[in-house]
Amino acid sequence: MRGVDVLSTAFKNAFRSRLRTSLTVLAIFIGAFTLSLTNGLGTGINQYIDDTVASVGVDDVMTVTKASEEEPTDGPAEYDPNQIAADGAPGATATALTDDDIDTIAGIDGVESVEPSKSVMVDYVRHDDGTRYQLSVAEFVPGMRIELVSGEQVDLDASDPELVLPESYVEPLDLGSAADAVGQTVVLAVTDATGEQVTTEATVVGVAEPGVLTMGGAVPNDVLAAELYDLQTTGAPEAETTRYAEASVSFDTSGGATQTEALQDRLADAGFTGSTLEDQLGTITAVIDGIVLVLNGFAVIALVAAGIGIVNTLFMAVQERTREVGLMKAMGLSSGRVFSLFSIEAVVIGLVGSALGVLGAVGAGQLVNGVSGDLLADLPGLTLIAFDPVGVATVVLGVMAIAFLAGTLPALRAARQDPISSLRYE
Amino acid sequence: MSPRVGHVITSGNTREAADVVSPLLSVSNLHKTYGSGPSAFEALKGLDLDIAEGESIAIIGKSGSGKSTLMHLLALLDRPTSGSIMLDGTDTSRLSAKQLNQTRNSAFGFVFQQFFLNAQASVLDNVTLPLKIAGVGRRERTAQGIAALAQLEIDDKAGNRANDLSGGQKQRVVIARALINQPRVIFADEPTGNLDTATGAVVEDILFDLNRRRGINLVVVTHDEELASRCDRRIYIRDGLIAAREAVAA
Repeated sequence: MRGVDVLSTAFKNAFRSRLRTSLTVLAIFIGAFTLSLTNGLGTGINQYIDDTVASVGVDDVMTVTKASEEEPTDGPAEYDPNQIAADGAPGATATALTDDDIDTIAGIDGVESVEPSKSVMVDYVRHDDGTRYQLSVAEFVPGMRIELVSGEQVDLDASDPELVLPESYVEPLDLGSAADAVGQTVVLAVTDATGEQVTTEATVVGVAEPGVLTMGGAVPNDVLAAELYDLQTTGAPEAETTRYAEASVSFDTSGGATQTEALQDRLADAGFTGSTLEDQLGTITAVIDGIVLVLNGFAVIALVAAGIGIVNTLFMAVQERTREVGLMKAMGLSSGRVFSLFSIEAVVIGLVGSALGVLGAVGAGQLVNGVSGDLLADLPGLTLIAFDPVGVATVVLGVMAIAFLAGTLPALRAARQDPISSLRYE
Repeated sequence: MSPRVGHVITSGNTREAADVVSPLLSVSNLHKTYGSGPSAFEALKGLDLDIAEGESIAIIGKSGSGKSTLMHLLALLDRPTSGSIMLDGTDTSRLSAKQLNQTRNSAFGFVFQQFFLNAQASVLDNVTLPLKIAGVGRRERTAQGIAALAQLEIDDKAGNRANDLSGGQKQRVVIARALINQPRVIFADEPTGNLDTATGAVVEDILFDLNRRRGINLVVVTHDEELASRCDRRIYIRDGLIAAREAVAA
């Protein structure tokens, strides 16, 4: 029998018992649909993160912290006077960087410049004696580019205090439209170390779109950040003012990933941990990948169940066609061809189910993206469920492989049938 | 001894119908045992038989006599426990599974008591199944299928589903299917068992006509004496051995 005849016969055979095949296809459809959707979710979110990193374009800055000297233990941790609260889970601490540390980092080969990041707690922001609003100040990374609604990025070298304000503050602060807000002056208040509240003024140079990086906070320029930090630390003991949670290190990126890694190694040798923005986002990506993997696991369980459905369907088909198989073998069809006929039939069922499942998932993805565009308006540019051709092809081919495996058992039984007893089978 | 004409036409070639000089199928000391140990059943106990080219032969016996076993061995559907089956002077025990498949596909046609038609497929698809197995292309299959159906005067049913035919029509389709690969032997296992007398007679006429005009060997397994009496020779099988041989009285 020719290969093309084997294919077309298997294809026809798959749909001889339409209801039975349809039900099996439906089971595979559900598995493939779920798998495509969870895959699409991972692809969509990771794509968004990648795009965000790309638009920021800060690939020549790494955040350096002091490596924890002690391994975490089960018992209570020993008090370390140099420990300060760090970003992350409540209670997480990091060993503070001192001015000496900053000098050490600056001396490490490959470090172009180092800037300790000065974290600032702003009490409120106010415009024209209006209502006072809480405001967080985003961590400023040199070279960072923020998606703006209007205005421009903060000027690094400007001598006047400037800031980029999130779009959500424009209306409450009574600044008019986003375009009107640019150029206006707002008042920022901080509490200094003596407990006194002091204020300073800054010019709004830009209005930011909501995004992952700014996290809804204002972005100051260096002058403003330094001014706020000075105000905040007024009256504090010197030891307090020269302790930083982290520092930003600029480095040359022309050396590529290996050079970056070498620099990280040198930092590690000196007792510091350097992580690029990509590293930090890589953690997020890894977490998302992990979640997607778990979701995929469930989808694969559904597919395995569907595979057992294929086994069942084909066993019934083999049973039904016992005499037909016997006749074909009597007419000289080889056992290998009989095996091919049934295993390809299984693959056809898998192909139809997974193709429909992927198509259904793409359709459902469009719907979800339409709805999520409204629900997740804070994350512009996010395509919640995205499909890449490789992922889609992997799902379809994977399902076909599962179907083939499921088909081997019944196909082997058919291939081993003895023509004489098959012809006598009632 | 044969009443046949000197020359027979097969697949367009002229073939010399030799007398028993070199038999088409030659069986000697054939044994077939099913199972083993105390439960073993010896279906054939050392059977000898020659079938000449162009001959029609009836194998007659009660159920359990071994007649079906003999037919299956002759049709190379099964291998004997011992003894030899020579086809055209070739010892078939030396043939590989692939060669056996090819031999059955190209040299044999099968007509069973049950039709074994694929009910949902078209008549044409059913008839061309042996060619499909042989690896013949679709166009060639269709042409030969229509020709085979035309021989049995049911080519107008080519597009019908096999299920929609009457019993007699179905058996004609089965014969067309057995004929399509231009076989040298047609094995018929109770070919009229499922048909009424009138239809059965028509099917018999078709089979014997093929035997006479095209020199196709007929090996008929039956317990219908009337059908058996139309064959050149009758072999009576009892308890795994030939009980009697009868040649037709010209």
